[in-house]
Amino acid sequence: MYHKEKSIQIKNSASALYNNLSVLRIAPRRLTHFTVVHANMVNMVSASWDGLNYTHRQLQSKEPNVATSTSLIMQAAFCVLPSRDLLVVTSQKGIQMYESDGSIMVYWHALDTPETPTAQAVFARGIAAVYENYICVGVSSGAILVFDVPSKGSNITLSEVLEEHKESITDMASECSGSQECIANLVTADDGGNLCVWKSGEEFQLLNKIPGFDMSCSSVKLWKGTAVAGYGTGQIRLYEAVTGILHAEINAHARWIYSVDIAPFSGLLLSAAEDSLVRVWHMTITPETNSVEVVHLHNECVTDTQICGARFCDGDGYAFAVTGYDLSEIIRYIQS
Amino acid sequence: MSMRTLPLVFINLGGEMLYILDQRLRAHNTSEDNSEKVMNDIVGTMFSKAFMDELLKPQQLYSHRTLKTVLTRLAHASIMRLNPASMDRLYELMVMAFKYQVFLCLRPKDLLLISYNHMDTIREFVKDTPMAVNQVDETHRKIIEAYSSLSEGELQLLRQTLLTFFQDMHVRVSLFLKDQIQNPNGRFALTTSGPVPHGTDVPGLIRIFDCRGREVRRREFRSGGSYTSSIREGSFELHGNRVIRLGMNMYTVDHPEETHTSRAPSVKVITYGSPNPLAKEELNLLARLMGSMKTENKPKDESGFRINLFNTDKEEAEFLVQDEQAASELARIAGQFEEEEEEEKPEKPSNNKGEELLAMMDDL
Repeated sequence: MYHKEKSIQIKNSASALYNNLSVLRIAPRRLTHFTVVHANMVNMVSASWDGLNYTHRQLQSKEPNVATSTSLIMQAAFCVLPSRDLLVVTSQKGIQMYESDGSIMVYWHALDTPETPTAQAVFARGIAAVYENYICVGVSSGAILVFDVPSKGSNITLSEVLEEHKESITDMASECSGSQECIANLVTADDGGNLCVWKSGEEFQLLNKIPGFDMSCSSVKLWKGTAVAGYGTGQIRLYEAVTGILHAEINAHARWIYSVDIAPFSGLLLSAAEDSLVRVWHMTITPETNSVEVVHLHNECVTDTQICGARFCDGDGYAFAVTGYDLSEIIRYIQS
Repeated sequence: MSMRTLPLVFINLGGEMLYILDQRLRAHNTSEDNSEKVMNDIVGTMFSKAFMDELLKPQQLYSHRTLKTVLTRLAHASIMRLNPASMDRLYELMVMAFKYQVFLCLRPKDLLLISYNHMDTIREFVKDTPMAVNQVDETHRKIIEAYSSLSEGELQLLRQTLLTFFQDMHVRVSLFLKDQIQNPNGRFALTTSGPVPHGTDVPGLIRIFDCRGREVRRREFRSGGSYTSSIREGSFELHGNRVIRLGMNMYTVDHPEETHTSRAPSVKVITYGSPNPLAKEELNLLARLMGSMKTENKPKDESGFRINLFNTDKEEAEFLVQDEQAASELARIAGQFEEEEEEEKPEKPSNNKGEELLAMMDDL
């Protein structure tokens, strides 16, 4: 179904972090940006579609004070809003937002770090662009910061802090089907496997809480009102977000899942885990009849590698890309 | 990232260090008494209340340089002196062993079982010295108290912090290559077979439910691996069968070449944290750890075994780091202890036994 294409070499290896690959397709310029986190920096490579040009860039985590220890980055993700695209980088010290080509930093938000270190780690993790002009970022305390983003310029402001989760945020996702009819447009996940479902607005509204079973949900997506969640046990679960009804449960992987992704136009689902396997599934979701179907389509094994990032490169799922811990390349697959 | 890595790092790396030292001592037919003495001295320092309490404070995992400095100091709590080349090799061996264990453990909670495997073996090494056994037991209790309540997610964060620390290290270890747990390119073998972790189901099943929660359909898929159900869970108590083998002693007496290491062709030098200077917090930690390593009972009779490759600890510290500023800082810290030790360490001429020990370390 898929075959391996030429890999893209990156300047450093990928770190073992959830969702450690972000992809932004820029059709007008016929190129795709990829970002991979390595310790305290983000490797960005822009690949032209003809396969001839690769431009590399590295972004460092921002430290307010050089004399303190380095700040490790937890996640980097592209945020696509109607008026602009931004690259958001979250670390132990705070949140940086760049123009999508990584050229200029437009915003910095410092996290409150206690004077004397506490046993509870402090970091930001979990990034999502939400209708219409919000960027949400999770924090280790369980709080979710909601930033209001103007259509241009750097006048980004912290609009709200949502305090519903009690454990560290792991990932979050906005509704990706493009449909305006969905009631819920954001799902957030935490280390206890709990999912919160929200409706965005001047004040975000909590629509539902789906309890976890004390098993971390490391990656989550929202499509056609269905929350697709990957867990540390290797399971994938599909929930109807607003009601919490469990529609499907897949014993998908033998180890901790690090990434799930959805190709919104085709309903293809991608899952990747520490077991070195990437799997492609197909989902059929009919909200009107409340029916859900999932079939398994394809496996790829990245030998001896614990995968940490996997993303479709386009909305149809024609191609996908994969990163692995200690691997200095982005492996690509395209449909045969 | 995680602020709780240091205790586990020292127990596991220290444990690997003791395994290697034990193997070297046996391979050179060192007497029981002398072996015991080396083990007791290191274990006594590593598991001292002061040192462990410092480690248990929430703090970041600093650089390889700092870690190596403290581990060298630990090794020197015994009668041995390691030259920088030996220490470098010893450090690589320890770190690659621990990286292997962290990488391959089935789930994050197994990190605790790995640590307990190390502590169980260490307890065996010092079993004839009740005071040392007590120290290990006390530490074990503190570890159980500190880590038992962590969720799987928090333990995975700890594991990810360790993996970032070990990133890009691909030193080849002859024992690992021989057992085929490591490939010639330095990477560890990860199979798609074997038991799944405790709490995970064997992959291969899709279940569909209706609105009332009843299963309406189940379908199997080809998992591409040959996994089996999880084995029983190991014990997290002070004593018990840990079940997993990671963290157990891999070295035997019969194969002295097992501690040989070699660089894979494209291996990079690890730089973690700010390359220079040492961050202020890092220096503070180093000073605190060195300070907490004063051994309570200084043995009175240290004849013969005490061979120092360097005239002073200051010189030694300078060898361990490349950049001058950090070197002088470290020398200053080490120097603080040197003054106190000088009264207790009379000049002794080297003799054959000491030279044997020295030669033994060079074999590393």
